[in-house]
Amino acid sequence: MTGGDPHRTVEAVWRIESARVIAGLARLVHDVGLAEELAQDALVAALEQWPRDGVPDNPGAWLMLTAKHRAIDLIRRNARYADKLAEIGRDLELRQESAEAELDDALADHIGDDLLRLLFTACHPVLRPEGRAALTLRLLGGLTTQEIARAFLVPDPTVGQRIFRAKRTLADKRVRIELPPPDELPARLASVLEVIYLIFNEGYSATAGDDWMRPSLCEEALRLGRVLAGLMPDEAEVHGLVALMEIQASRIRARTGPGGEPVLLLDQDRSLWDRLLVRRGLEALAHAEALGTLGPYGLQAAIAACHARAATAEDTDWERMAALYRLLAHVAPSPVVELNRAVAVSMAYGPARGLEIVEALLEERALSNYPQLPAVRGDLLERLGRLDEAREEFRRAAQLTRNEREQTLFLARSEQ
Amino acid sequence: MRYMIILRVTAQPATPPPADLMEAIAKLGEEATRSGALLDTAGLAPSSEGARVTLTGGALSITDGPFAEAKELISYALFEVRSKEEAVEWTSRFLKVHRDHWKGWEGEADMLRVFGPEDFTAPA
Repeated sequence: MTGGDPHRTVEAVWRIESARVIAGLARLVHDVGLAEELAQDALVAALEQWPRDGVPDNPGAWLMLTAKHRAIDLIRRNARYADKLAEIGRDLELRQESAEAELDDALADHIGDDLLRLLFTACHPVLRPEGRAALTLRLLGGLTTQEIARAFLVPDPTVGQRIFRAKRTLADKRVRIELPPPDELPARLASVLEVIYLIFNEGYSATAGDDWMRPSLCEEALRLGRVLAGLMPDEAEVHGLVALMEIQASRIRARTGPGGEPVLLLDQDRSLWDRLLVRRGLEALAHAEALGTLGPYGLQAAIAACHARAATAEDTDWERMAALYRLLAHVAPSPVVELNRAVAVSMAYGPARGLEIVEALLEERALSNYPQLPAVRGDLLERLGRLDEAREEFRRAAQLTRNEREQTLFLARSEQ
Repeated sequence: MRYMIILRVTAQPATPPPADLMEAIAKLGEEATRSGALLDTAGLAPSSEGARVTLTGGALSITDGPFAEAKELISYALFEVRSKEEAVEWTSRFLKVHRDHWKGWEGEADMLRVFGPEDFTAPA
Protein backbone atom coordinates (compact mmCIF):
# COMPACT_ATOMS: atom_id res chain seq x y z
CA MET A 1 0.00 0.00 0.00
CA THR A 2 1.53 3.30 -1.05
CA GLY A 3 0.48 6.76 -0.04
CA GLY A 4 -1.40 7.79 3.05
CA ASP A 5 -0.59 7.43 6.69
CA PRO A 6 -0.53 3.72 7.61
CA HIS A 7 -2.07 4.41 11.01
CA ARG A 8 -4.96 6.20 9.40
CA THR A 9 -5.37 3.27 7.03
CA VAL A 10 -5.61 0.87 9.98
CA GLU A 11 -8.14 3.19 11.62
CA ALA A 12 -10.23 3.27 8.45
CA VAL A 13 -10.24 -0.52 8.22
CA TRP A 14 -11.15 -0.64 11.89
CA ARG A 15 -14.13 1.64 11.31
CA ILE A 16 -15.33 -0.62 8.50
CA GLU A 17 -14.74 -3.93 10.27
CA SER A 18 -14.92 -3.37 14.04
CA ALA A 19 -18.67 -3.89 14.48
CA ARG A 20 -18.60 -7.23 12.70
CA VAL A 21 -15.51 -8.36 14.57
CA ILE A 22 -16.98 -7.41 17.96
CA ALA A 23 -20.31 -8.98 17.00
CA GLY A 24 -18.64 -12.24 15.97
CA LEU A 25 -16.56 -12.35 19.14
CA ALA A 26 -19.58 -11.60 21.32
CA ARG A 27 -21.22 -14.73 19.91
CA LEU A 28 -18.18 -16.76 20.97
CA VAL A 29 -17.49 -15.34 24.42
CA HIS A 30 -21.03 -14.26 25.40
CA ASP A 31 -19.83 -10.99 26.84
CA VAL A 32 -19.94 -7.66 25.04
CA GLY A 33 -17.26 -6.06 27.21
CA LEU A 34 -14.85 -8.94 26.78
CA ALA A 35 -15.56 -9.07 23.04
CA GLU A 36 -14.71 -5.39 22.73
CA GLU A 37 -11.48 -5.77 24.73
CA LEU A 38 -10.38 -8.65 22.53
CA ALA A 39 -11.19 -6.69 19.39
CA GLN A 40 -9.21 -3.72 20.76
CA ASP A 41 -6.26 -6.04 21.37
CA ALA A 42 -6.49 -7.17 17.76
CA LEU A 43 -6.54 -3.52 16.69
CA VAL A 44 -3.34 -2.88 18.65
CA ALA A 45 -1.75 -5.87 16.93
CA ALA A 46 -2.86 -4.49 13.56
CA LEU A 47 -1.37 -1.09 14.37
CA GLU A 48 1.94 -2.83 15.08
CA GLN A 49 1.96 -5.20 12.13
CA TRP A 50 0.11 -3.66 9.19
CA PRO A 51 2.30 -0.58 8.74
CA ARG A 52 5.25 -3.00 8.54
CA ASP A 53 3.75 -5.93 6.59
CA GLY A 54 0.96 -4.21 4.70
CA VAL A 55 -2.82 -4.47 5.16
CA PRO A 56 -3.91 -8.10 4.70
CA ASP A 57 -6.25 -8.90 1.83
CA ASN A 58 -9.09 -9.73 4.18
CA PRO A 59 -8.51 -7.41 7.13
CA GLY A 60 -11.79 -8.30 8.84
CA ALA A 61 -10.89 -11.98 8.91
CA TRP A 62 -7.37 -11.11 10.13
CA LEU A 63 -8.74 -9.06 13.03
CA MET A 64 -11.24 -11.79 13.89
CA LEU A 65 -8.63 -14.55 13.85
CA THR A 66 -6.18 -12.52 15.93
CA ALA A 67 -8.88 -11.73 18.47
CA LYS A 68 -9.97 -15.38 18.61
CA HIS A 69 -6.41 -16.46 19.35
CA ARG A 70 -6.26 -13.91 22.14
CA ALA A 71 -9.56 -15.18 23.49
CA ILE A 72 -8.22 -18.70 23.64
CA ASP A 73 -4.96 -17.51 25.27
CA LEU A 74 -6.89 -15.52 27.81
CA ILE A 75 -9.19 -18.36 28.70
CA ARG A 76 -6.23 -20.69 29.09
CA ARG A 77 -4.05 -18.36 31.08
CA ASN A 78 -6.39 -16.43 33.23
CA ALA A 79 -8.15 -18.05 36.13
CA ARG A 80 -10.55 -15.14 36.18
CA TYR A 81 -12.09 -16.51 33.03
CA ALA A 82 -12.53 -20.04 34.37
CA ASP A 83 -16.13 -19.21 35.19
CA LYS A 84 -16.63 -17.85 31.73
CA LEU A 85 -15.20 -21.01 30.23
CA ALA A 86 -17.49 -23.13 32.39
CA GLU A 87 -20.39 -21.04 31.26
CA ILE A 88 -19.48 -21.47 27.61
CA GLY A 89 -19.09 -25.21 28.24
CA ARG A 90 -22.54 -25.41 29.81
CA ASP A 91 -23.92 -23.53 26.87
CA LEU A 92 -22.36 -25.93 24.43
CA GLU A 93 -23.90 -28.86 26.30
CA LEU A 94 -27.29 -27.21 26.17
CA ARG A 95 -26.80 -26.63 22.50
CA GLN A 96 -26.29 -30.33 21.83
CA GLU A 97 -29.99 -30.73 22.47
CA SER A 98 -30.83 -28.39 19.66
CA ALA A 99 -28.15 -29.74 17.35
CA GLU A 100 -30.31 -29.62 14.28
CA ALA A 101 -31.26 -26.01 14.69
CA GLU A 102 -27.64 -25.25 15.48
CA LEU A 103 -26.54 -26.84 12.23
CA ASP A 104 -28.97 -24.73 10.23
CA ASP A 105 -27.69 -21.74 12.12
CA ALA A 106 -24.08 -22.59 11.34
CA LEU A 107 -24.84 -22.88 7.65
CA ALA A 108 -26.51 -19.49 7.53
CA ASP A 109 -24.53 -16.32 7.05
CA HIS A 110 -23.75 -15.30 10.60
CA ILE A 111 -22.60 -11.78 10.12
CA GLY A 112 -26.03 -10.19 9.85
CA ASP A 113 -27.39 -12.00 12.87
CA ASP A 114 -24.28 -11.24 14.91
CA LEU A 115 -24.61 -7.54 14.18
CA LEU A 116 -28.31 -7.55 15.04
CA ARG A 117 -27.66 -9.35 18.33
CA LEU A 118 -24.99 -6.82 19.19
CA LEU A 119 -27.27 -3.89 18.34
CA PHE A 120 -30.15 -5.28 20.39
CA THR A 121 -27.77 -5.88 23.30
CA ALA A 122 -26.24 -2.39 23.15
CA CYS A 123 -29.76 -0.90 23.09
CA HIS A 124 -31.13 -3.18 25.81
CA PRO A 125 -33.84 -1.53 27.94
CA VAL A 126 -31.97 -2.40 31.18
CA LEU A 127 -29.52 0.34 30.19
CA ARG A 128 -30.12 4.06 30.49
CA PRO A 129 -30.69 5.89 27.20
CA GLU A 130 -27.35 7.75 27.35
CA GLY A 131 -25.57 4.48 28.13
CA ARG A 132 -27.31 2.80 25.19
CA ALA A 133 -26.30 5.60 22.83
CA ALA A 134 -22.66 5.62 23.97
CA LEU A 135 -22.36 1.84 23.83
CA THR A 136 -23.97 1.71 20.38
CA LEU A 137 -21.60 4.34 19.00
CA ARG A 138 -18.67 2.50 20.52
CA LEU A 139 -19.58 -1.05 19.50
CA LEU A 140 -21.43 -0.47 16.23
CA GLY A 141 -19.85 2.80 15.12
CA GLY A 142 -16.26 2.15 16.16
CA LEU A 143 -16.04 5.61 17.74
CA THR A 144 -13.50 6.31 20.46
CA THR A 145 -14.47 7.56 23.91
CA GLN A 146 -13.08 10.97 22.99
CA GLU A 147 -15.14 11.17 19.82
CA ILE A 148 -18.34 10.23 21.65
CA ALA A 149 -17.57 12.77 24.37
CA ARG A 150 -17.12 15.53 21.79
CA ALA A 151 -20.31 14.51 20.09
CA PHE A 152 -22.40 14.73 23.26
CA LEU A 153 -20.53 17.75 24.67
CA VAL A 154 -19.58 15.95 27.88
CA PRO A 155 -16.15 15.27 29.40
CA ASP A 156 -14.27 12.14 28.27
CA PRO A 157 -14.43 10.44 31.71
CA THR A 158 -18.23 10.77 31.71
CA VAL A 159 -18.49 8.79 28.51
CA GLY A 160 -15.91 6.29 29.79
CA GLN A 161 -18.06 5.81 32.88
CA ARG A 162 -21.26 5.45 30.87
CA ILE A 163 -19.74 2.75 28.70
CA PHE A 164 -18.14 1.00 31.66
CA ARG A 165 -21.41 1.02 33.60
CA ALA A 166 -23.42 -0.14 30.63
CA LYS A 167 -21.11 -3.10 30.07
CA ARG A 168 -21.16 -3.97 33.76
CA THR A 169 -24.95 -3.76 33.89
CA LEU A 170 -25.22 -6.13 30.93
CA ALA A 171 -22.88 -8.56 32.70
CA ASP A 172 -24.50 -8.18 36.15
CA LYS A 173 -28.00 -8.67 34.82
CA ARG A 174 -26.76 -11.58 32.76
CA VAL A 175 -28.26 -10.14 29.62
CA ARG A 176 -27.91 -12.74 26.90
CA ILE A 177 -26.55 -11.66 23.55
CA GLU A 178 -29.41 -12.90 21.45
CA LEU A 179 -32.24 -11.74 19.28
CA PRO A 180 -35.32 -10.83 21.30
CA PRO A 181 -38.07 -13.48 21.30
CA PRO A 182 -40.99 -12.58 19.00
CA ASP A 183 -43.22 -11.33 21.82
CA GLU A 184 -40.54 -8.88 22.96
CA LEU A 185 -39.43 -7.82 19.50
CA PRO A 186 -41.67 -4.76 19.03
CA ALA A 187 -40.62 -3.18 22.35
CA ARG A 188 -36.94 -4.06 21.88
CA LEU A 189 -36.93 -2.78 18.31
CA ALA A 190 -38.54 0.45 19.51
CA SER A 191 -35.61 0.86 21.91
CA VAL A 192 -33.11 0.38 19.07
CA LEU A 193 -34.92 2.90 16.85
CA GLU A 194 -35.10 5.35 19.75
CA VAL A 195 -31.33 5.18 20.27
CA ILE A 196 -30.59 5.70 16.57
CA TYR A 197 -32.96 8.68 16.41
CA LEU A 198 -31.48 10.08 19.61
CA ILE A 199 -28.03 9.97 18.02
CA PHE A 200 -29.40 11.60 14.87
CA ASN A 201 -31.09 14.42 16.77
CA GLU A 202 -28.04 15.07 18.88
CA GLY A 203 -26.25 15.83 15.63
CA TYR A 204 -29.16 17.50 13.87
CA SER A 205 -29.85 20.04 16.60
CA ALA A 206 -26.18 20.96 16.47
CA THR A 207 -25.73 21.30 12.72
CA ALA A 208 -25.27 25.03 13.10
CA GLY A 209 -22.27 24.52 15.36
CA ASP A 210 -18.68 24.67 14.23
CA ASP A 211 -17.71 21.32 15.70
CA TRP A 212 -17.58 18.73 12.91
CA MET A 213 -18.13 15.84 15.26
CA ARG A 214 -21.69 16.73 16.15
CA PRO A 215 -23.08 17.09 12.63
CA SER A 216 -21.31 13.87 11.71
CA LEU A 217 -23.49 12.15 14.32
CA CYS A 218 -26.28 12.53 11.74
CA GLU A 219 -24.20 10.55 9.28
CA GLU A 220 -23.44 7.95 11.94
CA ALA A 221 -27.15 7.56 12.79
CA LEU A 222 -28.02 7.35 9.10
CA ARG A 223 -25.39 4.69 8.63
CA LEU A 224 -26.75 2.68 11.58
CA GLY A 225 -30.27 3.07 10.20
CA ARG A 226 -29.23 1.88 6.76
CA VAL A 227 -27.41 -1.09 8.28
CA LEU A 228 -30.50 -1.96 10.33
CA ALA A 229 -32.74 -1.66 7.25
CA GLY A 230 -30.46 -4.16 5.50
CA LEU A 231 -30.66 -6.54 8.46
CA MET A 232 -34.42 -6.23 9.07
CA PRO A 233 -35.84 -5.51 5.62
CA ASP A 234 -39.40 -6.49 6.59
CA GLU A 235 -39.87 -4.03 9.46
CA ALA A 236 -41.86 -1.01 8.25
CA GLU A 237 -40.77 1.24 11.11
CA VAL A 238 -37.08 0.66 10.38
CA HIS A 239 -37.61 1.98 6.85
CA GLY A 240 -39.83 4.71 8.31
CA LEU A 241 -37.02 5.90 10.58
CA VAL A 242 -34.48 5.74 7.76
CA ALA A 243 -36.84 7.75 5.53
CA LEU A 244 -37.33 10.34 8.26
CA MET A 245 -33.59 10.74 8.85
CA GLU A 246 -32.71 10.85 5.12
CA ILE A 247 -35.29 13.57 4.46
CA GLN A 248 -34.35 15.61 7.51
CA ALA A 249 -30.66 15.29 6.70
CA SER A 250 -31.33 16.48 3.14
CA ARG A 251 -32.11 19.94 4.57
CA ILE A 252 -28.92 20.41 6.59
CA ARG A 253 -27.29 22.74 4.07
CA ALA A 254 -30.37 24.97 3.92
CA ARG A 255 -31.06 25.21 7.65
CA THR A 256 -28.44 27.82 8.40
CA GLY A 257 -28.03 31.24 6.84
CA PRO A 258 -24.72 32.88 5.94
CA GLY A 259 -24.43 34.39 9.43
CA GLY A 260 -25.13 31.08 11.16
CA GLU A 261 -28.74 32.05 11.87
CA PRO A 262 -31.41 29.34 11.69
CA VAL A 263 -33.57 29.38 8.56
CA LEU A 264 -37.11 28.07 9.07
CA LEU A 265 -38.26 25.27 6.82
CA LEU A 266 -40.69 27.35 4.76
CA ASP A 267 -38.03 30.03 4.19
CA GLN A 268 -35.30 27.60 3.12
CA ASP A 269 -33.70 27.74 -0.31
CA ARG A 270 -34.92 24.39 -1.61
CA SER A 271 -32.19 24.24 -4.23
CA LEU A 272 -29.82 23.59 -1.31
CA TRP A 273 -31.71 20.47 -0.27
CA ASP A 274 -29.69 17.36 -0.97
CA ARG A 275 -31.60 15.64 -3.77
CA LEU A 276 -29.89 12.30 -3.38
CA LEU A 277 -30.99 12.13 0.25
CA VAL A 278 -34.51 13.28 -0.65
CA ARG A 279 -34.70 10.54 -3.26
CA ARG A 280 -33.38 7.93 -0.84
CA GLY A 281 -35.82 9.14 1.82
CA LEU A 282 -38.82 8.92 -0.49
CA GLU A 283 -37.73 5.43 -1.59
CA ALA A 284 -37.42 4.29 2.03
CA LEU A 285 -40.86 5.75 2.76
CA ALA A 286 -42.37 3.89 -0.20
CA HIS A 287 -40.76 0.77 1.18
CA ALA A 288 -42.30 1.35 4.62
CA GLU A 289 -45.72 2.03 3.07
CA ALA A 290 -45.53 -1.15 1.01
CA LEU A 291 -44.96 -3.17 4.19
CA GLY A 292 -48.16 -2.08 5.89
CA THR A 293 -49.49 0.54 8.24
CA LEU A 294 -47.09 3.36 9.07
CA GLY A 295 -45.99 3.74 12.68
CA PRO A 296 -44.84 6.94 14.40
CA TYR A 297 -41.54 7.19 12.48
CA GLY A 298 -43.16 6.32 9.16
CA LEU A 299 -45.84 8.96 9.72
CA GLN A 300 -43.27 11.59 10.62
CA ALA A 301 -41.40 10.63 7.45
CA ALA A 302 -44.62 10.94 5.43
CA ILE A 303 -45.09 14.42 6.89
CA ALA A 304 -41.49 15.37 6.09
CA ALA A 305 -42.09 14.00 2.57
CA CYS A 306 -44.93 16.52 2.05
CA HIS A 307 -42.30 19.25 2.28
CA ALA A 308 -39.73 17.28 0.29
CA ARG A 309 -42.14 16.71 -2.61
CA ALA A 310 -43.11 20.39 -2.91
CA ALA A 311 -40.95 22.35 -5.34
CA THR A 312 -41.85 25.57 -3.53
CA ALA A 313 -43.28 26.25 -0.07
CA GLU A 314 -46.58 27.29 -1.72
CA ASP A 315 -46.89 23.88 -3.39
CA THR A 316 -46.99 22.05 -0.05
CA ASP A 317 -49.89 19.63 0.29
CA TRP A 318 -51.11 20.98 3.67
CA GLU A 319 -54.34 19.00 3.65
CA ARG A 320 -52.45 15.75 3.36
CA MET A 321 -50.09 16.92 6.07
CA ALA A 322 -52.94 17.84 8.41
CA ALA A 323 -54.43 14.37 7.85
CA LEU A 324 -51.08 12.71 8.57
CA TYR A 325 -50.70 14.74 11.78
CA ARG A 326 -54.14 13.52 12.82
CA LEU A 327 -52.95 9.93 12.40
CA LEU A 328 -49.71 10.69 14.22
CA ALA A 329 -51.62 12.30 17.10
CA HIS A 330 -53.63 9.08 17.26
CA VAL A 331 -50.72 6.56 17.32
CA ALA A 332 -48.26 8.74 19.26
CA PRO A 333 -50.23 11.42 21.08
CA SER A 334 -48.20 14.33 22.43
CA PRO A 335 -48.84 18.04 22.95
CA VAL A 336 -45.96 18.90 20.60
CA VAL A 337 -47.50 16.80 17.82
CA GLU A 338 -50.81 18.54 18.48
CA LEU A 339 -49.13 21.94 18.20
CA ASN A 340 -47.55 20.97 14.89
CA ARG A 341 -50.93 19.69 13.74
CA ALA A 342 -52.37 23.14 14.53
CA VAL A 343 -49.84 24.71 12.15
CA ALA A 344 -50.65 22.25 9.34
CA VAL A 345 -54.41 22.71 9.88
CA SER A 346 -54.01 26.50 9.82
CA MET A 347 -52.16 26.27 6.50
CA ALA A 348 -54.76 23.92 5.03
CA TYR A 349 -57.97 25.40 6.44
CA GLY A 350 -57.09 28.87 7.75
CA PRO A 351 -55.72 30.37 10.99
CA ALA A 352 -59.01 30.19 12.89
CA ARG A 353 -59.13 26.39 12.68
CA GLY A 354 -55.51 26.19 13.78
CA LEU A 355 -56.13 28.57 16.68
CA GLU A 356 -58.90 26.30 18.02
CA ILE A 357 -56.36 23.49 18.41
CA VAL A 358 -53.79 25.82 20.01
CA GLU A 359 -56.34 27.20 22.50
CA ALA A 360 -57.06 23.66 23.65
CA LEU A 361 -53.35 23.28 24.46
CA LEU A 362 -53.05 26.36 26.69
CA GLU A 363 -53.80 24.38 29.85
CA GLU A 364 -51.27 21.69 28.89
CA ARG A 365 -48.65 21.65 31.64
CA ALA A 366 -46.03 19.98 29.46
CA LEU A 367 -46.10 23.06 27.22
CA SER A 368 -46.22 25.72 29.95
CA ASN A 369 -42.61 26.75 29.31
CA TYR A 370 -42.45 25.77 25.64
CA PRO A 371 -41.63 28.88 23.57
CA GLN A 372 -43.12 27.43 20.37
CA LEU A 373 -46.63 27.50 21.87
CA PRO A 374 -46.84 31.31 22.20
CA ALA A 375 -44.85 31.65 18.95
CA VAL A 376 -47.40 29.61 16.98
CA ARG A 377 -50.28 31.29 18.74
CA GLY A 378 -48.75 34.70 17.97
CA ASP A 379 -48.40 33.78 14.33
CA LEU A 380 -52.03 32.66 14.06
CA LEU A 381 -53.31 35.76 15.90
CA GLU A 382 -51.27 37.95 13.56
CA ARG A 383 -52.77 36.22 10.54
CA LEU A 384 -56.21 36.86 12.04
CA GLY A 385 -55.38 40.56 12.41
CA ARG A 386 -55.38 40.45 16.24
CA LEU A 387 -52.05 42.30 16.31
CA ASP A 388 -51.88 43.45 19.96
CA GLU A 389 -52.47 39.93 21.23
CA ALA A 390 -49.93 38.60 18.71
CA ARG A 391 -47.22 41.00 19.96
CA GLU A 392 -47.87 39.86 23.52
CA GLU A 393 -47.43 36.21 22.49
CA PHE A 394 -44.14 36.89 20.69
CA ARG A 395 -42.82 38.74 23.77
CA ARG A 396 -43.72 35.70 25.84
CA ALA A 397 -42.00 33.37 23.36
CA ALA A 398 -38.87 35.54 23.52
CA GLN A 399 -38.87 35.29 27.32
CA LEU A 400 -39.16 31.53 27.27
CA THR A 401 -36.56 30.60 24.68
CA ARG A 402 -32.99 29.95 25.70
CA ASN A 403 -31.75 30.12 22.14
CA GLU A 404 -30.31 33.58 21.50
CA ARG A 405 -30.97 33.63 17.77
CA GLU A 406 -34.53 32.50 18.26
CA GLN A 407 -34.99 35.21 20.86
CA THR A 408 -33.86 37.86 18.37
CA LEU A 409 -36.36 36.49 15.88
CA PHE A 410 -39.28 36.56 18.35
CA LEU A 411 -38.40 40.05 19.63
CA ALA A 412 -38.32 41.35 16.08
CA ARG A 413 -41.78 39.96 15.45
CA SER A 414 -43.12 41.38 18.74
CA GLU A 415 -42.10 44.84 17.54
CA GLN A 416 -43.71 44.62 14.12
CA MET B 1 -18.16 12.95 3.93
CA ARG B 2 -18.89 11.82 0.42
CA TYR B 3 -16.56 10.58 -2.26
CA MET B 4 -17.33 10.13 -5.93
CA ILE B 5 -15.19 7.35 -7.34
CA ILE B 6 -14.74 7.05 -11.07
CA LEU B 7 -13.19 3.86 -12.36
CA ARG B 8 -11.26 3.65 -15.63
CA VAL B 9 -9.83 0.68 -17.43
CA THR B 10 -6.28 1.06 -18.78
CA ALA B 11 -5.61 -2.51 -19.99
CA GLN B 12 -8.20 -5.13 -20.70
CA PRO B 13 -7.70 -8.81 -21.57
CA ALA B 14 -9.35 -10.09 -24.75
CA THR B 15 -11.42 -12.54 -22.70
CA PRO B 16 -14.81 -11.42 -21.38
CA PRO B 17 -15.08 -10.67 -17.65
CA PRO B 18 -15.31 -14.01 -15.81
CA ALA B 19 -18.46 -14.89 -13.90
CA ASP B 20 -16.38 -15.08 -10.70
CA LEU B 21 -15.52 -11.42 -11.06
CA MET B 22 -19.11 -10.35 -11.55
CA GLU B 23 -20.10 -12.37 -8.51
CA ALA B 24 -17.30 -10.87 -6.40
CA ILE B 25 -18.24 -7.34 -7.52
CA ALA B 26 -21.88 -7.95 -6.61
CA LYS B 27 -20.87 -9.33 -3.21
CA LEU B 28 -18.62 -6.38 -2.49
CA GLY B 29 -21.34 -3.96 -3.57
CA GLU B 30 -23.82 -5.64 -1.27
CA GLU B 31 -21.35 -5.52 1.60
CA ALA B 32 -20.69 -1.82 1.04
CA THR B 33 -24.42 -1.10 0.83
CA ARG B 34 -25.12 -3.05 4.00
CA SER B 35 -22.36 -1.15 5.78
CA GLY B 36 -24.26 2.02 4.93
CA ALA B 37 -21.28 3.33 2.96
CA LEU B 38 -22.34 2.90 -0.67
CA LEU B 39 -25.03 5.38 -1.64
CA ASP B 40 -25.17 4.91 -5.36
CA THR B 41 -23.32 3.09 -8.10
CA ALA B 42 -23.76 2.20 -11.75
CA GLY B 43 -21.80 0.95 -14.69
CA LEU B 44 -21.11 3.31 -17.56
CA ALA B 45 -21.67 2.30 -21.18
CA PRO B 46 -18.77 2.78 -23.65
CA SER B 47 -18.23 6.38 -24.70
CA SER B 48 -19.34 5.48 -28.23
CA GLU B 49 -22.87 5.77 -26.81
CA GLY B 50 -22.19 9.19 -25.31
CA ALA B 51 -21.46 12.66 -26.56
CA ARG B 52 -19.42 15.66 -25.51
CA VAL B 53 -20.69 19.22 -25.50
CA THR B 54 -17.95 21.86 -25.64
CA LEU B 55 -17.95 25.62 -25.23
CA THR B 56 -14.99 27.30 -26.93
CA GLY B 57 -14.73 30.97 -27.87
CA GLY B 58 -18.45 31.44 -27.35
CA ALA B 59 -19.39 28.60 -29.68
CA LEU B 60 -21.05 25.35 -28.64
CA SER B 61 -20.02 22.17 -30.36
CA ILE B 62 -21.32 18.67 -29.94
CA THR B 63 -19.13 15.65 -30.59
CA ASP B 64 -20.46 12.14 -30.58
CA GLY B 65 -18.41 9.46 -28.83
CA PRO B 66 -16.21 7.50 -28.80
CA PHE B 67 -13.70 9.94 -27.40
CA ALA B 68 -10.05 9.79 -28.32
CA GLU B 69 -8.79 8.72 -24.87
CA ALA B 70 -7.51 5.16 -24.60
CA LYS B 71 -9.01 4.92 -21.11
CA GLU B 72 -12.70 4.20 -20.88
CA LEU B 73 -14.69 5.11 -17.81
CA ILE B 74 -16.41 1.96 -16.64
CA SER B 75 -18.34 2.84 -13.53
CA TYR B 76 -18.94 5.35 -10.81
CA ALA B 77 -19.73 4.91 -7.15
CA LEU B 78 -20.81 7.37 -4.50
CA PHE B 79 -19.67 6.57 -0.98
CA GLU B 80 -20.48 8.17 2.36
CA VAL B 81 -17.61 7.52 4.72
CA ARG B 82 -15.95 8.92 7.82
CA SER B 83 -12.52 9.50 6.37
CA LYS B 84 -10.68 9.60 3.07
CA GLU B 85 -8.83 6.45 4.08
CA GLU B 86 -12.13 4.60 4.37
CA ALA B 87 -13.00 5.53 0.79
CA VAL B 88 -9.50 4.44 -0.25
CA GLU B 89 -10.10 1.09 1.45
CA TRP B 90 -13.40 0.44 -0.37
CA THR B 91 -11.85 1.50 -3.67
CA SER B 92 -8.82 -0.73 -3.08
CA ARG B 93 -11.12 -3.66 -2.39
CA PHE B 94 -12.84 -3.03 -5.70
CA LEU B 95 -9.56 -3.07 -7.60
CA LYS B 96 -8.32 -6.13 -5.68
CA VAL B 97 -11.40 -8.05 -6.77
CA HIS B 98 -10.37 -7.34 -10.37
CA ARG B 99 -6.80 -8.40 -9.66
CA ASP B 100 -7.95 -11.66 -8.11
CA HIS B 101 -10.52 -12.63 -10.74
CA TRP B 102 -9.46 -11.17 -14.08
CA LYS B 103 -5.81 -11.65 -14.92
CA GLY B 104 -4.31 -8.92 -17.08
CA TRP B 105 -6.95 -6.31 -16.26
CA GLU B 106 -5.54 -2.94 -15.24
CA GLY B 107 -7.31 0.17 -14.22
CA GLU B 108 -7.36 3.25 -12.08
CA ALA B 109 -9.88 5.00 -9.89
CA ASP B 110 -10.15 8.71 -9.24
CA MET B 111 -11.57 9.58 -5.85
CA LEU B 112 -13.08 13.02 -5.57
CA ARG B 113 -14.58 14.40 -2.38
CA VAL B 114 -18.05 15.79 -2.95
CA PHE B 115 -18.84 18.98 -1.05
CA GLY B 116 -21.26 18.39 1.79
CA PRO B 117 -22.94 20.33 4.59
CA GLU B 118 -19.55 20.80 6.29
CA ASP B 119 -18.47 23.00 3.38
CA PHE B 120 -21.52 25.25 3.57
CA THR B 121 -22.12 25.72 7.26
CA ALA B 122 -20.77 29.00 8.56
CA PRO B 123 -18.86 28.57 11.82
CA ALA B 124 -21.14 29.68 14.66
